[in-house]
Amino acid sequence: MYARPFDYAAPSSLEEALDLLSANPDAKVMSGGMSLLPMMKLRLLSPTLVIDIGRIPGLDEIVDQGDHIAIGALVTHAEVAASDLIAAQATALGQAAAWTGDAQVRNRGTLCGAVAHADLAADTPATTLALGATMVARSTRGEREIAAEEFFVDTLQSALEPDEILTEVRIPKRGGGSAYDKLGRRGGHTDYAVAGVAVWVADATGSDARVAVTGVGTKPQLATAVMDALGAGTPIEEAAARATEGMTVLEDLHGSEAYKAHLAAVFTGRAYAAARENAR
Amino acid sequence: MDIHMTVNGEQVSASVEPRTLLVHFIREHLRLTGTHVGCETSYCGACTVHVDGKAVKSCTMLAVQADGADITTIEGLADGDALHPVQEGFWERHGLQCGFCTPGMIMSSVKLLEAAPDPSEREIREALEGNLCRCTGYHNIVRAVEYAGARMRGEEPAQPDWEVN
Amino acid sequence: MTETTSVLGGAVRRREDPALIRGTGKYTDDVNPTGTLHVAFVRSPFAKAKILSIDTTAAAEAAGVVAVYTAEDVRHLGPLPAQVPVRPRPLLADGQVAHAGEAVAMVVATDRYLAQDAAELVFVDYEDQAPVIDLKAAQAGDVKAHDDMDSNVIISWAGGPFGDEEAIAATRAGISAAKEREDAVVVSLEMTNQRLIPTAIEPRSVHAEWNAGYGEFRVHSSTQIAHALAGAIARVFGLANSAVHLTAPEVGGGFGAKLNIYPDEILTCFAARSLGRPVKFTETRREAAVSTIHGRGWVATATITGTRDGEILGYELEGVADMGAYTQNFTAAIPFLGLFIGSGQYTMPTYWKVDCVLTNTVVTDAYRGAGRPEAEYYLERIVDAYAREIGMDPADVRKKNYFDTFQDAISPIGFAMDTGDYAKNLDALLAFADYDGLKADRDRMRAEGRLVGIGLSSYVEVCGFGPSGLAELGFSWSEYNLPSSFNGSALLRVTPEGGATLSIGTGPSGQGHETTWAQIVNRETGIPLDRIRVLHGDTKDSPTGIGSFGSRSLAVDGAAAHEASQKVTAKASKIAAHLLEAAEEDIRFGDGAAHVAGSPDASVTWAEIAKAAYQPHLLPEGLEGSLEAHALFSPGNATWPFGSHIAMVEVDPDTGDVTLLRYIGMDDCGNVVNPMIVDGQLHGGAAQGIGQALHEHGIYDDMGNLLTTSLVDYLIPTAATLPAFELARTVTPTHVNPLGVKGIGEAGTIGSAQTIVNAVVDAVAHLGVRHIDMPLRPKRVWQAIQDAKGA
Repeated sequence: MYARPFDYAAPSSLEEALDLLSANPDAKVMSGGMSLLPMMKLRLLSPTLVIDIGRIPGLDEIVDQGDHIAIGALVTHAEVAASDLIAAQATALGQAAAWTGDAQVRNRGTLCGAVAHADLAADTPATTLALGATMVARSTRGEREIAAEEFFVDTLQSALEPDEILTEVRIPKRGGGSAYDKLGRRGGHTDYAVAGVAVWVADATGSDARVAVTGVGTKPQLATAVMDALGAGTPIEEAAARATEGMTVLEDLHGSEAYKAHLAAVFTGRAYAAARENAR
Repeated sequence: MDIHMTVNGEQVSASVEPRTLLVHFIREHLRLTGTHVGCETSYCGACTVHVDGKAVKSCTMLAVQADGADITTIEGLADGDALHPVQEGFWERHGLQCGFCTPGMIMSSVKLLEAAPDPSEREIREALEGNLCRCTGYHNIVRAVEYAGARMRGEEPAQPDWEVN
Repeated sequence: MTETTSVLGGAVRRREDPALIRGTGKYTDDVNPTGTLHVAFVRSPFAKAKILSIDTTAAAEAAGVVAVYTAEDVRHLGPLPAQVPVRPRPLLADGQVAHAGEAVAMVVATDRYLAQDAAELVFVDYEDQAPVIDLKAAQAGDVKAHDDMDSNVIISWAGGPFGDEEAIAATRAGISAAKEREDAVVVSLEMTNQRLIPTAIEPRSVHAEWNAGYGEFRVHSSTQIAHALAGAIARVFGLANSAVHLTAPEVGGGFGAKLNIYPDEILTCFAARSLGRPVKFTETRREAAVSTIHGRGWVATATITGTRDGEILGYELEGVADMGAYTQNFTAAIPFLGLFIGSGQYTMPTYWKVDCVLTNTVVTDAYRGAGRPEAEYYLERIVDAYAREIGMDPADVRKKNYFDTFQDAISPIGFAMDTGDYAKNLDALLAFADYDGLKADRDRMRAEGRLVGIGLSSYVEVCGFGPSGLAELGFSWSEYNLPSSFNGSALLRVTPEGGATLSIGTGPSGQGHETTWAQIVNRETGIPLDRIRVLHGDTKDSPTGIGSFGSRSLAVDGAAAHEASQKVTAKASKIAAHLLEAAEEDIRFGDGAAHVAGSPDASVTWAEIAKAAYQPHLLPEGLEGSLEAHALFSPGNATWPFGSHIAMVEVDPDTGDVTLLRYIGMDDCGNVVNPMIVDGQLHGGAAQGIGQALHEHGIYDDMGNLLTTSLVDYLIPTAATLPAFELARTVTPTHVNPLGVKGIGEAGTIGSAQTIVNAVVDAVAHLGVRHIDMPLRPKRVWQAIQDAKGA
């Protein structure tokens, strides 16, 4: 459980980090290290260079930008979970952050790190989908914005190019209400999600719902079938049953395909009800 | 790489490989063996220390990431002969058996009580999810934290369970 | 409220704790003298394979590497010593591997990172073979775990009663006849008691140094059996036991996993001796999953034949138990421990047969309870199913079939039990838990549409091994250069300044022996607690020791400490009588001194007595100097604790998620020395049984890959998954030791798993669910509900 040898750089500016990354395509970017280091210790990943962005100033803030909330690359799960701004404007994200890992993991792990890692069972990525977040990617070539639904490509694979760093997640302040609910591996809300669902609604009647599912397939993704059905006036009980429609549901130690699809439906219903409640 | 940090109030400097984990730096370079390694996958929490005032798992942090940091380990918690109230609580309420998870459990509990001075039993149990214990069934760990919380609030701790039943 | 009398000591705070809460306690991995070399093993990715070749060239040339060893280098040392060596394992795989994770080569390097780097450079050419993983397939025997075997079944344990073929046949005939009765109800379930990974939080570690000048090993190991390990090392290297000074320092949890001799312990000594350098091996968590023993792993069918009004006419258990790829310390004997309590607390005729099979998996052995949780699980699950079938309250069915209060009874399965008062215990639980109120609560919640269940279970345990002669049943310590006996050992020395040092033969890993044993010595001698030092886990302190396992420590070694205290006090009485010019029979001890009955002012302190003892000219004529005694207590029988537990659970009907609402226990371990420590043992024991019931499962795929090698996949309980425990006790002392104590280390585990499953089944039985195999993870509970709905 020791990583293979690697070089380490802790640049003091984003520009310096981007230059290093651009020059070293095998490098890995690390913020808290809670996703990267375990993989390196298992020797599943052996980058030649680790670029620690943890010392770069200005990336550790949650900022109200008027029409959106900007969450910097070094903002931890603990900070997201404790933010009044996020609790009020992006409830689902705050809940998901609070149910990610454990207290120590939340103290080191970052929202941007979890999003960039693109684990198939992570909690917060699903909420970025439901909340319609935008990811900000920087490279020496410039900056671009990636919509959350374009960001998660496959298991542990995001839309980031090898020379890009995820510098910010932007959550639009669209009002309404949102909620996240999940079943953890030991039951309850903690551990990795066997299945988790994030829902955003425009108002207490549940208009314009956005629903995203995690844990059941290869990646967190929007449950478009549910969204379409709700949009067409289908009652939630019926719409929720379509939570995994069009998705590849994967059996694992914690559930069969049928069970995971069922859970996705159950938590779609629960998160939808909670989101409507939160929209009041 | 050369690193410098403050550990339990003392300045330390060393040269380490980038891949050296903070926990190995603490245990093997500094020879502070109270911080333990139980799983290496950031799950068991036996390696929990305070880095710049936060409880973190030192098995999933590089020593080089802690360059410049202020670190407290279990050895730095007591004030000389005077135990920290959480240490006292673990002793008074039989919050430990084999003692291997205990340093991490205590370090997490200290931060829990700083954040929530009068936690409910449920809050204690959820706050300690990142620290696994195989001996106690957690019952007396919860009681130990309750004891420490009462002491820190200047209140009289509840009677121990073994005197109630 | 129930009896809490017969507390022999009191809830004294533990003397172990100050070092442990300050982080200054020393565990094996903390032993790190300058120059220590580190070991990494190369492990087989295949469950069964021939080793065609091993190329160590690149590894040997890698940075920091001092040596690389394969089977060729260590073959001369012989196989790993084991107590019941049916299929002993080689120290390193020799031409053939029999489970994934088996070590095939060993790298020794200057640090642990470099050792792991080099291990990646050892190239092994395997020819993989079809393994046998499934238990029933192993029993059927089409594929063998080892090609040289005729059958995978290496032993069968049968009883009814044990060891009497004719009687067994008669028992079976009797049960068959009962099934033909008109009023007979036959309830049968096939149930799995799944494979578990013990998961002490401290990974195993061993550190060895060889002093060629003294011809002596200095070894530290995270073990429960220091003397046996020292003896095994001595035997392998052809040394006197005294040439191996072995210390088990602080041991970070054992639960049976450290009740074993491991190849890495022998190999680390080999490397230290060969290289003349200190060498250490500390397993990683993932390594622990494939190199340290597993537990449980049974499939069996339990059947009860009874009447409509709750009289059980016969109980049958037929099953198969997974031994893994080899036999280590007790491996093949674990089901035998289950057989001991095969008929539980009941009087019905019992037939019991378990086949032990080898498979291409990690070796199984003693894990907390070791055979007894399995036995009680099957029995108490099927008793519950029977009660449900006939519509009787599970408490009433149990009471109807219990043994009456007894001293010395023979169980139907054929073993002599010490004392029991089962109905009293169950009644005390029902009162303590307010069983009727609990049922009313459950029914009220059910009326709201919630799935709530109450589970009840009782257990009897056999522990406190034990009688010296037990070794003759096949438990032989001679493989470890030890006398074949399970006796206790306590060497008490009153030190010249009047304190006491007690050297005991146990190897605690968190059970608080230093505190409890000091209480025993204090109670008998009156020497103040803070003047009594207790030494354990070190072969130089104690002349012998069997170690800590099978809930034996207090009932056997604790009793030895009591006897040693009596012997020392008897001699001290003579000295005190001499110094006080009083009659010996008038001497009473207390408050750190000897007093003369009826003369409050006449007393002499232990310091003065000790001073005399170490200055022979001050002693009465005929009395030799020194003040010490060594007691080897050997009880007349094992001890048989018992108890009853109740759990209340709620099932989320949509997800299958089980929430444990209440856990209530009424246990009886005879007299109690330190109630604080006893309760702590029950908490931890119950947590492990609850972990088995709800979360834990060592899962193999068909090719023999273990899928649960990290704590992310092998789920043990967290603080958030458990409730507060509500405990009380009844006290039924035993007469097989002078303290009247039984044992409490495993009781919580033995009593809990089936309590949980009974509760969950109670919550969903009305939906048509009869049984759900552990672990009751949400997916299984949900699936069981779906299956019942579909049926």
